[in-house]
Amino acid sequence: MKLSGAEIVWECLLREGVDLVFGYPGGAILPIYDALTRYPQIRHVLPRHEQGGTHMAEGYARATGKVGVMLATSGPGATNLVTGLANAMMDSSPLVAITGQVPLPAIGTDAFQETDVTGCTLPVTKHSYLVTRTEDIAYSIREAFYIARTGRPGPVLVDIPKDVQNRVIEFHYPEGELRLPGYNVPGKAHPKEIEAALDLIHSAKRPLILAGHGVLMSGAMEEIRNFAEITQTPVALTLLGKGSFPENHPLCVGMMGMHGTAAANQAIQQADLLLAFGMRFDDRVTGNLKTYSPDSKKIHVEIDPSEINKNVKVDVGICGDLKMVVRQLLPKLQTGQHQEWIGQIRDWEEDTSERDILLQLAAHPDGKLWAAQVIAELFRCTEGKALTVSDVGQHQMLEAQYYPHTRPHSLLTSGGLGTMGFGMPAAIGAKLGRPEEEVWAIVGDGGFQMTLTELGTAMQENVGIHIAIINNSYLGMVRQWQEFFYEERYQSTPLKNPDFVKLAEAYDIPARRVSTKEEIEEAVAWARSIDGPTLIEFVVVQNDIVYPMVPAGADLHAMIRRPKPSESPDFENNPTAI
Amino acid sequence: MKHTLICLVENKPGVLNRVVSMFRRRNFNMDSLTVGRTHNPDISRITIVMEGEAGDGKKVVMTLYKLIDVIEVQDVTNIPTINRDLALVKVRTPDAYARNAVTDLCYERGAHLVDIGPEVTIVELAGAEESVESFVDALHQFEIVEMVRTGRVSMGRGIRTMEQRDYKSTRFPTYTPSMNGGSAEHDDE
Repeated sequence: MKLSGAEIVWECLLREGVDLVFGYPGGAILPIYDALTRYPQIRHVLPRHEQGGTHMAEGYARATGKVGVMLATSGPGATNLVTGLANAMMDSSPLVAITGQVPLPAIGTDAFQETDVTGCTLPVTKHSYLVTRTEDIAYSIREAFYIARTGRPGPVLVDIPKDVQNRVIEFHYPEGELRLPGYNVPGKAHPKEIEAALDLIHSAKRPLILAGHGVLMSGAMEEIRNFAEITQTPVALTLLGKGSFPENHPLCVGMMGMHGTAAANQAIQQADLLLAFGMRFDDRVTGNLKTYSPDSKKIHVEIDPSEINKNVKVDVGICGDLKMVVRQLLPKLQTGQHQEWIGQIRDWEEDTSERDILLQLAAHPDGKLWAAQVIAELFRCTEGKALTVSDVGQHQMLEAQYYPHTRPHSLLTSGGLGTMGFGMPAAIGAKLGRPEEEVWAIVGDGGFQMTLTELGTAMQENVGIHIAIINNSYLGMVRQWQEFFYEERYQSTPLKNPDFVKLAEAYDIPARRVSTKEEIEEAVAWARSIDGPTLIEFVVVQNDIVYPMVPAGADLHAMIRRPKPSESPDFENNPTAI
Repeated sequence: MKHTLICLVENKPGVLNRVVSMFRRRNFNMDSLTVGRTHNPDISRITIVMEGEAGDGKKVVMTLYKLIDVIEVQDVTNIPTINRDLALVKVRTPDAYARNAVTDLCYERGAHLVDIGPEVTIVELAGAEESVESFVDALHQFEIVEMVRTGRVSMGRGIRTMEQRDYKSTRFPTYTPSMNGGSAEHDDE
């Protein structure tokens, strides 16, 4: 079969099971776009900016477990991918980005719209290809998909010069095994490693599971749950690990880290065994490494060997696929009882709930709308069943605290890179991938405005996401740091915002504004009744603080906490100004 | 301490860049780097000497393995190896006295005179770094005009070899030598 390089691209995508791509056309990728007219079975979604497109592809990938695909042209089109690729790299999301490149003879001449894209993206991709022969397109795309979705997933970029797209060759799809001699996908653990892990597990008195994104990516949710129940080991979650273990489970102690629950952080510090499953001891979850969980033995099961002993020195490091490794452990586990330990954690949890802002507000209503109330009401009104996509900042941490997730893949957020502007486009991608889900994009007023152009995409494709803007007219998280660590000098954090409701209406997206707690239920019901995108702006209190907080680099147990009512002399007059 | 790493990589464009870039972005300090083909034309061998703490060798090995084109990495710091460094030194030898002195020194140290001209002489020494170092010191009695060193290459003693899997570049079997072969259908823009 004679095909052009451009047609070969689509043939290969079809064989990878792709039926939806995101992309933005331009000069150097026009042959691929022209060929798309002959592949009507593939849906193409046009973002308004390539960065938004990569976030959509990532949202799609993380919601469906498939590889997300993003196309862009050379030069500025491709450089606009960098943030999205970096985000996918940090959060290990499988993406394949296909970029057009200037024709081969023009490469290296500073041609119009020429950028060294494989060079620009080198540190933010798992791998990349500059395809110099039409014959190599099929191999490169096959390898790209394989590399993107296996092992520790990540973004792979394939850069294809325009003349390579245009050339027509006799095409045979390369079947058979890929030859990647330098690439191995870890699987099972060595029996000796299993034995070593079991020894530690069975002698532990205060064990704790740290469940991360890897649990979701290897699909080990059942296995972790069985492990926890058999050994009666409490489970703490990373931000991206939310959904890997039901948060309403009695053994769940909630999120760990900088804004994690005090109980989870205290449990980490006092544990005598940490079972780190598919997580990477990011500085946001460890705090000061020197004082991190000082009395514990540590078992680390992780698919990326370079993560083992990178930040935290561990006693048993197992490089493997989490699901396979836990399956090796399960039949050899002895049932455990850790009543005293679990009782201790319960006490810490109780101490936390006394400090909870919702309880304090319930006891002393102040008539204002607090961000935590919005999230808690969203949880109540959606019965906790929504797929939420949060952006980055205070609202993200409040979502993590007040919207408990019980289903896998029901929270998408930018964890490692902390990319403001991720939320709304990622929600579009998630909804396109799982149209049956109720998708809520929970975003701050700052982050929303970084990618709000994608309202155009939601309108054009009629993507029924619900956008909840938590608007405090501040870059709230930065403001919080300024309040704590920069003596309340609020430099460049106040925002003068547009009328978000009018803005949405300009895009023909129904919108409302809510500024009291009482209006929330009705507004959410209204949004849910609409088939298509909606937007609700929640106008919330400005000087809000996310508690608890472990200051960057501080000891994990040194949390700044919201005082208990009994500890706050001024509480009667001003319950929330803490 | 100094670590010596040997790395087998696919002999493809851009691979060296990936390796070096990893050292830069992970903030590892490279002392020397040598690259060359092996007896298998599809594989290049890289020897890297780096400065770092005791645990850094292992970290670098693990991080290098993340690169798809890296086939095999070994930290040979603590295993018996033959290490060689080659130096070419151009010294000013304006008269017979200087030329004779250089010739004598080379004879003593097992170095070679590789180019003798009216003004300058080029000498070559391949050896362990210490002997190259001390040879260069001795040459300072003359005026050194120019000098180049390759940096260390290492090979495990005895039967120790890099595990070289049965590897042939058959991934792109339609490979033809001409990279830009074939004609574009329409070469617009």
